[in-house]
Order: sequence, then structure tokens, then C-alpha cells
Amino acid sequence: MAGLELLSDQGYRVDGRRAGELRKIQARMGVFAQADGSAYIEQGNTKALAVVYGPHEIRGSRARALPDRALVNCQYSSATFSTGERKRRPHGDRKSCEMGLQLRQTFEAAILTQLHPRSQIDIYVQVLQADGGTYAACVNAATLAVLDAGIPMRDFVCACSAGFVDGTALADLSHVEEAAGGPQLALALLPASGQIALLEMDARLHEDHLEQVLEAAARASRDVHTVLDRVVRQHVQEASVLLGD
Amino acid sequence: MALEMRLPVARKPLSESLGRESKKHLVVPGDTITTDTGFMRGHGTYMGEEKLIASVAGSVERVNKLICVKALKTRYNGEVGDIVVGRITEVQQKRWKVETNSRLDSVLLLSSMNLPGGELAEVQAVFSDGAVSLHTRSLKYGKLGQGVLVQVSPSLVKRQKTHFHDLPCGASVILGNNGFIWVYPTPEHKEDDAGGFIANLEPVSLTDREVISRLRNCIVSLATQRMMLYDTSILYCYEASLPHQIKDILKPEIMEEIVMETRQRLLEQEG
Repeated sequence: MAGLELLSDQGYRVDGRRAGELRKIQARMGVFAQADGSAYIEQGNTKALAVVYGPHEIRGSRARALPDRALVNCQYSSATFSTGERKRRPHGDRKSCEMGLQLRQTFEAAILTQLHPRSQIDIYVQVLQADGGTYAACVNAATLAVLDAGIPMRDFVCACSAGFVDGTALADLSHVEEAAGGPQLALALLPASGQIALLEMDARLHEDHLEQVLEAAARASRDVHTVLDRVVRQHVQEASVLLGD
Repeated sequence: MALEMRLPVARKPLSESLGRESKKHLVVPGDTITTDTGFMRGHGTYMGEEKLIASVAGSVERVNKLICVKALKTRYNGEVGDIVVGRITEVQQKRWKVETNSRLDSVLLLSSMNLPGGELAEVQAVFSDGAVSLHTRSLKYGKLGQGVLVQVSPSLVKRQKTHFHDLPCGASVILGNNGFIWVYPTPEHKEDDAGGFIANLEPVSLTDREVISRLRNCIVSLATQRMMLYDTSILYCYEASLPHQIKDILKPEIMEEIVMETRQRLLEQEG
């Protein structure tokens, strides 16, 4: 759409946000009683659900068991009603596999797998409504679910997407902004140490601008961390009160 | 056929109704617990740079010089002397694999069993990677006959001297440390010779079955409200649920009411 202005002269985006502003985040842990850990997150209109099973015995071929650490297995799926057009996505298709692989790389960096040799940790993520930033929402939901399951992690993994329009870096892109075709960067960060778990971009961006976009994404990820931190503390507080002192 | 429907209603957090604040030190992963290097690190922590950092979300427990973080909900971690209830998942040459809701399946060596069925067993040893080795030491343990299995989180089962309880309402319950709870009709005469060797397949009477169903629902509602499970709490919950029908116990409002009453009685009994 040629007439759509992603960033107005006053500095407002299509949905009224400022360049570095995140969408509203709401999250809840422990939504499924039968799974070891589960979480649900809403980032604006993007909704994702994550479920974690494990650590448990390796199912299927025993040969895949790693003698010194745990195997992390991630599966991503997108509901048929998640996008504007209803589209049936078979389970093994390329996008799901690639997302699964990216999630696995992210979480292998964060989970302390040496503590659970010869076992398997399953992370299943499903996107219920996709409005941009699906990778980020999946990572954030999966982090909460892994925490809910009591699996030891180095730190939170917080993710956010960023783009670049008219010389300004935008944080937390919505679907409209992603579809406009500009460069988009997805970043997963371990906030306390500032280490990057995963950085992904498949578009063209001049290297002079890279640092600016990366900085915007990192700042946005830290903001996400603030929100998730509050959610987890509240959850732990509530559960601790219920169990009694 | 009668059908019941309910509309979504905003829930208020359970802890509000209790009106207490937790007095423990709660941490989330990435939090620095202490920068003092004199402490030894226990479960749930790791050493990063020169600080002790938490790796799970939970409460900090300090015992002399050992600091560990107890996570809210974990899989079962075996300890020697625990009683567990499990399901046999695999039969290998000299041992059986038992599923006990822990990180790895436990092993039950044929040499440490009295009878060819052992499902109720005691933890004998823990391997270095966390798998537990079980043995059925006496005839009290072994294959379980007719009954109902309830799976709850291991952190909700209180550690007590004995895990076999005969409740006065007419059923017996075995509280496994791994969160598997077995509810069964109280056997009429205790046979000391064969024990559970012969599977008792006689039909269970209706009254016994009702008692067992009610107990099972009570245990599920206590677990949903995250209350510690032990014989007294289960018994009080059972008594509090008597005025309601068995199938109503699982409805959210009635569940809250029953558990509230149980909590009240337990507090009165202690204080």
C-alpha cells in the first residue's frame, strides 16, 4: 500500500505508538495442569501458548540420548485461524521446522542442560493469533513455560523484533509493519549478562544502520524482561502463599 | 440428559482470599542471591562471574553455609528411603523400567523383588544422573490391586513417617513421594503369607467405590488449590465434602468452599 506511512512526521507509527515503544504485554503461567510447565502470552494482538514437558526419559530411539546433557526438542505450530486468511499448515512444513530449530538453538543456550544428562525436554509452542513478532512471542512464552516447569535456566530469554524506517529504528513490529517489506531483525537476549542467544535477519540493511537497530531491539528486549520478571514474581509469590510457610 | 454450561468469569487470585504475604525470599532466574563467596551452592543456583545466581524461580533456603533455591514445581528427585508408586513401562532382560514422574525412568532390578509384579517400591539407591533404583523390600510392597491412581505434583506430598494410611471412611490411601497417590478399598483381612501375589479381582462394592471416588475428587481439589497432602488434610477435606454430591466437588466454587473449610479446620487444630 503506497499511501501507508509507517512513521508519521510527528513520530507516530500506524497504531499510534512511538518508535521505541512496545505493545501491551500480558502473560500468565501455569495455564495447563497436566503439563510440567505452561504459559500464555499476549503481545498486542499476537497470542502464543507454550507447553513444556520434562525433563523425562528419551522417547523413541535411545541412540539420540546425549550422555552429558539433556536434549531440547522444540516444536512450533501455527493455528489455522491465526492469520487473516484461514490457512491449513501441515506439521512438517518448512516454516515450522525452521522456527523449531531457531527455538531450539535459543533454548539450548539458556537452559542448563548439563544438569540433566540422558533426558529430554520438550517445548511445544503454538501461535493462536499472529500480528507480527511471532518469534518473539514464542520465545517469551516458552521462557515462562520453562520457568513454570522448574527447569534450571541461566537467565530469562527475552526476545523482540525491530525494523528500520526513515532513518529511525522501530521496536516490536506489528504485522502491517512487517508486511511493508523493510528490514526486520529478531533478537533473543539474556538480559542480566547482555548475551545474545539468537539474532536473525533476512533482509537487506546497510551496515551503518545495524548498530542502531540492534540497540533498539536490545532495549526493547530489556523492557520485555521487566514485564516478564513482574509476572513471574507475582506467580511465585502467590504459589508460595498457597503452599503455606 | 442434563447438561450444565457455565460462562467465563474473571477469577480472583487465590492468595487474595488468604490475605497473607509470603515471608520468604523469592527469586527468579538471573537474580543474584549473594556476592559472598563463602557460601556453598546447592540446587537451583549456579556460579556466574563472582556471584551466586539463581537458576529457577522459587524460594531461597539457607542451611548454615549451603544456599539452594527450591523451585515451585519440579519433577520428582529420588531420595533414599522414599516410598514411590509407579507404572511399569518397559520390561528388559534383568530389570524393569518404572515411570515415576521423575527426570529419568527408575529401574527395578529383578533381583531386588519378592514377587513378579512389584509396583510399590522403596528407593534403594540414586544413580549419578538422577535415575533411581528401587526395591520391594518386604511383602508390604509389591503389585497393587484394584484402586485409583491420582497424579499430583511431588512438591505437594508431605514427608511423613508412614505413607500408608487407612482412613476411617472406609478406604486406604498410599501417598507416594513422587506425587502418585493410590486410593484403594481397605483389604478386609491382612494376609501375611502371599501378600499381594494373588491379584484380588473380586468386584468392589458400590459403597466402597463411592468412597474411593469421593476421596479421589477431594485429592484432586486439594492439589488444584495447591495444599499440602497428608492423611489429616485428606480426611478433613473428605468430611467437608460430604454434604455435596461426588460430581459436584470438582466445580470451581464448591472446590474453593471445601478447601477453605479444610484450611480452617487445619489452622484450628494447630493453633
